[in-house]
Amino acid sequence: MSDKKLILSVRDVKVHFKVKGGNDWPWTPKKTLKAVDGVSFDLYEGETLGVVGESGCGKSTLARSILNLIPATAGEIVWMGKDLRQGSEKDWLAVRRDIQMIFQDPLASLNPRMTIAQIIGEPLRVHRPELSSEEVMKRVRAMMVKVGLREQMINRYPHEFSGGQCQRIGIARALILEPKLIICDEPVSALDVSIQAQIINLLKELQREMGLALIFIAHDLAVVKHISDRILVMYLGREMELAEKHALYDKPSHPYTRALLSAIPIPDPKLERNKVIQILQGDLPSPINPPSGCVFRTRCPLAEAQCAGERPELRRLSADTQSSCLLA
Amino acid sequence: MSLLQVNNLGVQFQTPDGLVSAVNGVSFDLQAGQTLGIVGESGSGKSQSVLAMMGLLAKNGKASGEALYNGQNLLTMSPRQLNAIRGDRVSMIFQDPMTSLNPYLTVERQMTEVLELHKGMTRREAKKRAISLLEAVRIPEAARRVDMYPHEFSGGMRQRVMIAMALLCEPEILIADEPTTALDVTVQAQILSLLKDLQRDFGTAIVMITHDLGVVAGLCEKVMVMYGGRVMEYGSANDIFYQPSHPYTIGLLGALPRLDHDGSELVSIPGNPPNMANMPKGCPFSERCTHVSELCISTLPPLAASAANPAVLRACHKAPQELKPSVEVVAHV
Repeated sequence: MSDKKLILSVRDVKVHFKVKGGNDWPWTPKKTLKAVDGVSFDLYEGETLGVVGESGCGKSTLARSILNLIPATAGEIVWMGKDLRQGSEKDWLAVRRDIQMIFQDPLASLNPRMTIAQIIGEPLRVHRPELSSEEVMKRVRAMMVKVGLREQMINRYPHEFSGGQCQRIGIARALILEPKLIICDEPVSALDVSIQAQIINLLKELQREMGLALIFIAHDLAVVKHISDRILVMYLGREMELAEKHALYDKPSHPYTRALLSAIPIPDPKLERNKVIQILQGDLPSPINPPSGCVFRTRCPLAEAQCAGERPELRRLSADTQSSCLLA
Repeated sequence: MSLLQVNNLGVQFQTPDGLVSAVNGVSFDLQAGQTLGIVGESGSGKSQSVLAMMGLLAKNGKASGEALYNGQNLLTMSPRQLNAIRGDRVSMIFQDPMTSLNPYLTVERQMTEVLELHKGMTRREAKKRAISLLEAVRIPEAARRVDMYPHEFSGGMRQRVMIAMALLCEPEILIADEPTTALDVTVQAQILSLLKDLQRDFGTAIVMITHDLGVVAGLCEKVMVMYGGRVMEYGSANDIFYQPSHPYTIGLLGALPRLDHDGSELVSIPGNPPNMANMPKGCPFSERCTHVSELCISTLPPLAASAANPAVLRACHKAPQELKPSVEVVAHV
C-alpha cells in the first residue's frame, strides 16, 4: 500500500452529541453521547476500505462526518494534504466534487419530484456551471449506460424504478463528477441477494475503470470481505481492529472481530452446523455511559482486570494488522 | 400422518390493477419436530403463504387450496375455531418485534393473556409460567423484567420476548417470519442458537421464512425455494445446497458473497424480479434465466420429482444435467 498515494487521513475524529435523557428534569444538564470517539485511519488512492460494525457502532456517523454532513467535534480530517475541518464553505464545495456519497435507502435518497435526468445531472449543474445543457445531457446519458440503465428511462421519475435500479441512479449521481472517493453507506443492505450481487459487481467494475477509492460501510461482513482491501471493525464508536482483508478473516486479532465472524451464518449446511459460534452475552452498552477502558470488555470472553484501566488505542501487531486489544 | 399438510395453496389479492396472484400451487408436508425453511426474495410469496395459513391475510386477500393441521383445514375454519388453534397449537413470530408487541401493555399482561385464554390459568399461575419462559429464552432478571413495557427492551430482547410468548402454550408448530432480519449478526446468532435449543427441548416443528440462505443452512432439514409466488425447488438442505438443480437456486447461491471461500466475481442474476400483476406466461424465472428456451416462455413447468434425485422436487423444463452450474458452486462442492 505504501507506494500508493495517500488521499485521506482521518486522525482521532470524535463526533459527540448533546442529548437529554428520557426522565430528566428540564434543568438537568445534557449528557454527551459519544457516537464516534477517536477514530483514525488512512486511505490510499484506488483502495477500498470496509467499515463494519453493528447498529449503533458509529460507522454511518463517521462516514457523514468526513463530508461534514454531521460536523466532527474534534480531530483532523485531511484530504489531499488539507485539513477539511478548518475549511471554508468554498473549500468544501471543491472537496465535494472529489468525494461523493451513496446512501442506504435507494428510493428515499432520490427526490421524488425530479426526473432521472435532473437527479443525475444536478451535481454537474452545481459544480460545473460552465457546461452547456446539451453537454450535461450528453454526460448524463453516458453515465446511465455505464451503470446499466437504459437511455430511454431518462425522463422517468424515481417511483417508476425498482430498488436495484434506484441504487444504480444513486451511483450514477455520485459518479457523474468523476470523484476520487465514494463513501458508500450500506449501499446494498436494502436489496435482495440477486440484486445485491449486481450492484457489488457494478461498483467493483467502475472502481477498476475509474480508479476510485471507496469507503464501504456495511454490517454484512461477507459483503465487505468481497469488496474491500482493508477492513476497519468498529464497536461503540471505537476502533477494534484495522487490518488487511485476508489477515482479518484468517486470523482476527480482536475478540470482537472473532465473535462477529463466528456469528455470520455460512450457506453450507455441514460447515454451518459444525462450527463453533462464540455467542456474545448481554446487550450493547449505552454510548452515553460507555465502559471504562476497553469498551468491549463488558461482553468480552477474555476480559481481565487491566482491560478496565487505560483506554486501549490501536497498535500495530504486524505489517497488516492493527488491533486495540491489550491481550492480542 | 403429517402435522401440517399443505396442498396447492394459493393466495390472490383483489387490487385496483385487477386480481394479483401472490402465491400459486404451494404444497409441503411438515412432520412433528421438523424444520422447514422457506427461502426467497421480496415478493416471492413466502410470507403470504404462511399468513394465509394463519388466517392473517389482508382484507382484499383470498386463500385457496388446503392447509391441513391434524386433518382439519385451516383455510376454511371460522375465526372462532382458528382462535382456538392460533397461539396455542400453532404460533407465529414476526419480523419486527417492536411493531408486533403491544406498546400499551406490560410484557406480563401480554403473556398472561395467552395463558388465561387458552389454558384457563389464573393470572398468578400464568405470571409464574411467563417468568419461567422468559428465563428459558435467557432474559436476565426475568421476574423484574416481566413487568416492563416493550420499549424498555432492546431489539434482541424484544425478539426473545416474542419467542417466549409464542412458546407459552408449547405449540406443535412455530412459524417464524424473518425473525432475525431486523437484528445484528451477533444478536441473530443468539436468537438462532436459542431456537435450536428450544426445538431440542420442546420438540416444536419450525417453519422458518427467511431470505438468508446461511440461516437456513444452520437450522433447517427441508428447504423450499420460492420465486414469483411459486415453488422452484424443494428438498433436503443437503440436496439444495450441495446439488442445486434449479437455475434460480444455482443463481441465488452464486450471488451470495461468502466468508468461507474467496471468489473474485459474484455471479449475479441479471434483470429484476417479476411484476406480480403481470407475470410471465411460462416459468416465472424465464425472464432472468440463462438457460431459457421457447418452452420456458410459453408453458409453466410443473413441480415434479427430479430425474436425477427423486427426493428433490423441481419446477424446470430442463434436465438437471443440462444446466451448467456456475463455476463458484462447482468449486465449492
